[in-house]
Amino acid sequence: MNTPTTHAQPLGPLVDGFEVVIGFETHTQLTTQSKIFSRASTAFGAEANTQACAVDLALPGTLPVMNKMAVERAIEFGLAVGGEISERSVFARKNYFYPDLPKGYQISQFEIPVVVGGEVSFFLGETKKSVRLVRAHLEEDAGKSLHEDFVNQSGIDLNRAGTPLLEIVTEPDMRSSAEAVAYAKELHKIVTWIGICDGNMQEGSFRCDANVSVRRPGEPLGTRREIKNLNSFKFMQQAIDYEVRWQIEQLLDGHKIIQATVLFNPDTGETKSMRTKEDAAEYRYFPDPDLPPLVVDRHWVEEVRSRMGELPRDKATRFVRDFGLPEYDASALTQNRPSAHYFEEAVSLGAQAKLVSNWMMGELSRRLNVAHLDFAASPLSAQTLAALIVRIMDGTLSNHSAKTLLESLWQLDGSRESDAKAAQTLVDQFVDSLGLKAMNDTSALELIIDQVIAANPDNITQIKAGKDKAFNALVGQVMKASKGKANPQVVNDLLQAKLAAL
Amino acid sequence: MSAIHELSVKALQQALQTQQLSARQVTEHFLARARNHGASLAHLASDMAPQSPSPSTPGSKASCGAFLSMNEAHSLKAADESDRRIQAGQARALEGVPIAHKDIFVTQDFPTTAGSKILAGYRSPFNATVVSRLQSAGMVSLGKLNCDEFAMGSANENSAFGVVHNPWDHTRIAGGSSGGSAAAVAMGLTPAATGTDTGGSIRQPAAFCGITGIKPTYGRASRYGMIAYASSLDQAGPMARSAEDCASLLSVLCGPDIERDSTSLDIPSADFTLGLNQDLQGLRIGLPKEFFAKGLSDDVRDSVRAALDALVRLGAQLVDIELPKTELSIPVYYVLAPAEASSNLSRFDGVKFGFRAQGYKDLDEMYLKTRSEGFGAEVQRRIMVGAYVLSHGYYDAYYVQAQKIRRMISDDFQRAFSQCDVIAGPVAPTVAWKLGEKSSDPLSNYLADIFTLPASLAGLPGMSVPCGFGEGHMPVGLQLIGNYLKESQLLNVAHRYQGVSDWHTQLPGSAA
Repeated sequence: MNTPTTHAQPLGPLVDGFEVVIGFETHTQLTTQSKIFSRASTAFGAEANTQACAVDLALPGTLPVMNKMAVERAIEFGLAVGGEISERSVFARKNYFYPDLPKGYQISQFEIPVVVGGEVSFFLGETKKSVRLVRAHLEEDAGKSLHEDFVNQSGIDLNRAGTPLLEIVTEPDMRSSAEAVAYAKELHKIVTWIGICDGNMQEGSFRCDANVSVRRPGEPLGTRREIKNLNSFKFMQQAIDYEVRWQIEQLLDGHKIIQATVLFNPDTGETKSMRTKEDAAEYRYFPDPDLPPLVVDRHWVEEVRSRMGELPRDKATRFVRDFGLPEYDASALTQNRPSAHYFEEAVSLGAQAKLVSNWMMGELSRRLNVAHLDFAASPLSAQTLAALIVRIMDGTLSNHSAKTLLESLWQLDGSRESDAKAAQTLVDQFVDSLGLKAMNDTSALELIIDQVIAANPDNITQIKAGKDKAFNALVGQVMKASKGKANPQVVNDLLQAKLAAL
Repeated sequence: MSAIHELSVKALQQALQTQQLSARQVTEHFLARARNHGASLAHLASDMAPQSPSPSTPGSKASCGAFLSMNEAHSLKAADESDRRIQAGQARALEGVPIAHKDIFVTQDFPTTAGSKILAGYRSPFNATVVSRLQSAGMVSLGKLNCDEFAMGSANENSAFGVVHNPWDHTRIAGGSSGGSAAAVAMGLTPAATGTDTGGSIRQPAAFCGITGIKPTYGRASRYGMIAYASSLDQAGPMARSAEDCASLLSVLCGPDIERDSTSLDIPSADFTLGLNQDLQGLRIGLPKEFFAKGLSDDVRDSVRAALDALVRLGAQLVDIELPKTELSIPVYYVLAPAEASSNLSRFDGVKFGFRAQGYKDLDEMYLKTRSEGFGAEVQRRIMVGAYVLSHGYYDAYYVQAQKIRRMISDDFQRAFSQCDVIAGPVAPTVAWKLGEKSSDPLSNYLADIFTLPASLAGLPGMSVPCGFGEGHMPVGLQLIGNYLKESQLLNVAHRYQGVSDWHTQLPGSAA
């Protein structure tokens, strides 16, 4: 986190001549049935203090016992981001007093975390970005303090106390709020894809802290302020943008930035300092004598790996290699499991990969977004899409007709057909009944072309004068006259031949 | 037949199984003795009082102040259940034999205070594993025993509920921190007791009160339900008159508890009574020269020497060994134990259970007042020392350094065990001192732990065996230290020694 990286050239857009530097710490709640050091349930939303056992309440004489499932989640994450799984990591106590911290210390990993390194790659627009991870470590969550419901008192709910967290820390590699959000979304994708976190940001399952600083290009890292608990992508961007502007104004006004922890208020759109470094607590970290070092041997790692299935990054690499997809497409298609699955299903039925990708990322995504659906819930099954693309490939459908067909199929229950043969039959029936079959019949087309040539003498003159635009206009007219059913390439060829013969 | 309270665990076990005595009869006998001779200042706090008011003033000649709480109805109910089982031929290993627990073990049937005001009135919803194991073996709990607050002390003068008097001389300390356990056994208020040993807290009071006690290898007895003082050192163990009694208790008390205690060894317990009579011929007993150096009082040296001579007559041979870091064990222990304690005791904050001070303005003041009023001076001292050695800038110089030396101390033991089978020496440099003699000088108290700390730091099993009387006719203890998991060997040596000596059968006048 603290390695000062200096680049002669700024890596991102400058804001008023300043380079923005952002690092992330993300607390992901792990999807285990029970807590990290006790056997109490981790389910969200239960009545206060009904899911806290003696260990969670820190009753005298209780001791922590590691939940193996939480360790497996961490291993899965390490493998997913290409990090190193420490063979031996150590739990430490972070000591501080607070009523929702029952033991008076939080068990976390300090000097030796379970995952070291790794990286998260994603596309920002068309540009591929990589954010290096410093580490990911296991720790327990605290309880919640409830200040609203009590007069002159605070309530404590310890249901959350002891919930397993994986804290994922990046290098200060991000250079804009957009990049930061893209990173957070990519990380969210990874943890939900591999299923170690439910990703529910409202319930606090995925909480981001952003360390933000600014500097003149080429200068050492500026003093950072940490924005705590960003629990929506929208607020994340707003908060960072506000913070960046605030810091730059401070510097331009001749002030110094003081290291601080700040909170973002979505109502005002502002960040506000909670505490400065001067009040920073003395945490008195030391290895927890109640927990022996966590030993993860190679066999365990391999066992976890063998159960994980293909990771998104590996899948994307394979899509590029096997299907010749551009990296951008591969990355987009592997945004989530349903989308990747949908793609693979369609391709397996003989639909051309790039066409599937185009249709998925274009027409389908647009419609799904409007309907707030993912590919798993798509009204058009992968089989149906494949059937449609097969008819484009064999020239039965023009692009235009295919879109028309999609429009009709979208409304239709039968389009969820998951049997490939049935889907093909359905598509073919619709092609017939809607009369969408491309005009590959040249005699009919020639008739239309003759009529169009006759009706547009001006265009002919211009074409002869070498104006391509006029030629394209004629192609358009022919397509229109064929109600889009003509194959544009065939039209092109025929028209060219006719004009040459004039 | 001797009086019931003079019987050993083994004798009681036999008398109960053969129905010469009933569990109710035995329990009533010990309850009456505990009531009459064991009351502590705790009876002033109503919720912790023995149910019947004590006829003797705490601290008077007749009372040693060992018991902090009793629940006679509960004990008698358990005794009746034992009688029923015995009659039905379903007796368990230690059916109907009474025991009392150091108040550092949490119990459902009795309050648990750890000798601290901060836990006044606390009742645990579960039993410590050690307590439930002994209970499952049929033992009848008589109550809870006084100890130094959170097991911090070597004299049992640090309990919020009064000092424990040595049954051999009421003007002297019983030792600590398991002083109540040692005194209760010595005085015949219970045939056996549980204790805990962090830096000598079983061995030293056992030595001072003339009884036998053993601390097993770290991890052999579950720490679940044992209120933590220094987690990497704390270990439970039995205290009784003889090695034989300790062996039967230890067999029940040890064993894996990996579902509740991550430091529990996944090694089954053993029947430690089986090896008691092994021949000592050829056994090499190592004598660390550091344990017999300057500072060891003559009376203790003479008794220990005499005991070693007896072991030689039994066939053992003595070997001179070295434990060069012995002196360093004091600073190492008094860095590491307070460091862990400062963190372990953070949960006593007035928020969730136990004592909370009155009249605070805000959260910080609530913490401050609760902990200032709730903890005694020694506990506060160790919390401060611990917080200091863990703080930024001092951690490497103190905590890390101490851990390194701790490892060297363990290595020294392993080197020693290549030359000998068992290590022997005194438990403490002197016999029990006078009450109040060192209480204003924490350092001189700490120095008295010098011979027990090394084995604790190395996590080795150690025991104390009565081996004579020194100054003021106060008991002297012989310390035996074994290699990891060699409890059986220690008990064997102690038992053979007790076969040719009678120190462990002698009772103080107060036990009459």
